Amino acid sequence: MKRYDLIVIGAGPAGLSAAIEAGQQGLKVIVFDENAKPGGQLFKQIHKFFGSKEHKAKIRGFRIGEELLKAAAEAGVEVVLNAVVIGLYLEKEITVRMDEKVYHYKADTIIIATGATENMIAFEGWTLPGVIGAGAAQTMMNLHGVMPGQRIFMLGSGNVGLVVSYQLLQAGCEVAAICDAAPRIGGYGVHAAKVARYGVPFYTRHSIIKAEGTDRVTGVTIGEVGPNWKFVPGTEKHFDVDTICLAVGLSPMSQLAQMAGCAMEDNPKKAGLVPTIDEYGETSVPGIFAAGDVSGIEEASAAMIEGRIAGAAAAYRLGYITLESLEEKTAAMKKALSSLRRGMFAPENRGKRIEKTEEGCDISINLLEKGYVAADEITRYPGVTAKKGIHPVVECTQNIPCNPCQDVCPKQCIKIGEDITALPRVEEFVECTGCGLCVAACPGQAIFLVNSGETPGSAYVTLPYEFLPIPKAGDKGYACDRSGHAVCETEVVTVKSISAYDKTNLVTIKVPVELADAARAYRREVKA
Amino acid sequence: MRIEEHPILGKPVKGRRITFIYDGKPMEGFEGEPIAAALRAAGVVTHRYTRKQHKPRGIFCAIGRCTDCVMIVNGVPNVRTCITPLSEGMTVETQNTVAADDGRADA
Repeated sequence: MKRYDLIVIGAGPAGLSAAIEAGQQGLKVIVFDENAKPGGQLFKQIHKFFGSKEHKAKIRGFRIGEELLKAAAEAGVEVVLNAVVIGLYLEKEITVRMDEKVYHYKADTIIIATGATENMIAFEGWTLPGVIGAGAAQTMMNLHGVMPGQRIFMLGSGNVGLVVSYQLLQAGCEVAAICDAAPRIGGYGVHAAKVARYGVPFYTRHSIIKAEGTDRVTGVTIGEVGPNWKFVPGTEKHFDVDTICLAVGLSPMSQLAQMAGCAMEDNPKKAGLVPTIDEYGETSVPGIFAAGDVSGIEEASAAMIEGRIAGAAAAYRLGYITLESLEEKTAAMKKALSSLRRGMFAPENRGKRIEKTEEGCDISINLLEKGYVAADEITRYPGVTAKKGIHPVVECTQNIPCNPCQDVCPKQCIKIGEDITALPRVEEFVECTGCGLCVAACPGQAIFLVNSGETPGSAYVTLPYEFLPIPKAGDKGYACDRSGHAVCETEVVTVKSISAYDKTNLVTIKVPVELADAARAYRREVKA
Repeated sequence: MRIEEHPILGKPVKGRRITFIYDGKPMEGFEGEPIAAALRAAGVVTHRYTRKQHKPRGIFCAIGRCTDCVMIVNGVPNVRTCITPLSEGMTVETQNTVAADDGRADA
């Protein structure tokens, strides 16, 4: 039996962060992970993260994964892969299966960071090859460079369903539609808008009736879900697809905590059965902590902070740091964590219907039902102004904890203020230089530069663009509105791709001046 | 079905191109990638048939959790192809009727 100061179970964002924090305090730390590679799901997250600087906002998930691995190595953390922890016992002993053998380890503190597992839903034909989890799609395209299919139907409009749909488009797949049994889109509106403007339709109040095909998926039939959660006859819709992707939520993987005798709670706000923890992540069993999705489903940014807090608490428990130092260390982390848990999508607001923003603007009904803000709704938000000359148009319409736009603007033209869930507003008398940093930094791709003063009759619209091929100046294509409909033919005027934009290219197109407020996407081709 | 170049990730980093044997026929893939990825890239979606009803199954979770993608690899049944790395000359066979405990129980 080998002994350590701290055993961390799971090398995802929470586990690695916990191990780094504890390792930096001098603890002898070992991390076990069942996978062949560390990082959990971070290396599949190719989008820019939301939040603030301290949450690593505007950095792509896989780069955060690289940073964590480097920091773990520097902190002297031992990471053991292909190691499945199969038992966790009261005296902080664990059994680990490696190479078909079971080994025995013991530590003075344990941090459970096992993450979550995907929920599934059964319907006729759901076992057919071609029906896959959204995580499987991400794994195949973002880790292994293989398209999961050519034409995909997505079930589930939470952030996972929306983000994976966008990533499918980036991988070169077609997304036929996204449906959700709920009456409203569950994830961030900006994530929905990102796919809607490329023509992906949303079907809220719809679910899958059956997957079609005998040997593999050849199509899907969906139908409207009535008030009694039964399909409404006559509302069936068919799509020819080769893949059906399921993104119907995550559940905490808390079996080890239960096995160790930790007090558990079935908490819908945490999306399932979780160990009851205190503000440091400590369970009812002294010395056993839980951090990340295992203690309640949230974003990876929250998991990383929870991990660091638990790592610091483990260091305190073993006498590596004083209580004073623990409190000092974790004060800023707790503040960062609570700022992430604010706004419309805060855990406490799960399932609640929110009608107005904190500023009192009505939430766009179109955004919640169709995935895009209608033209007559967009002007009500403080980031959308009709200034003369080049200026940012910030189509950020929901209170989410995120502020890179404010941080990157060299002229302080975009203001959010102290409260990071506030909607960004564009300052009327501050000049925009057109640097485009805000366009590239916005994780929701909700910022555009509009310039309608230079050429009579024409306007220039600068859009974020993350597809291949990257357009070139002079390319001809179509300008599409927020719903993905082509509004006019257009020409690409300039394309900027600098390293500070981190793979988000800024494409400027020329459109008739009356379409300056409509054109929000560039597509080389559109379907008739 | 392979992504030649990705707008964010660039060209996928792969091992050397190798040949393996799928149901008796040579097939190409990249060393070290999951067997399932090589099969998907080659257009194979059915990995096995269930024992009782002979229903086709393929990749479902792709992270080694669900066991839907198991096949007979180098003669060993019930190998999770989504997390087993491909190697030169490997034999990969569609698994027919083998249950999780080597065929003694129904599945």
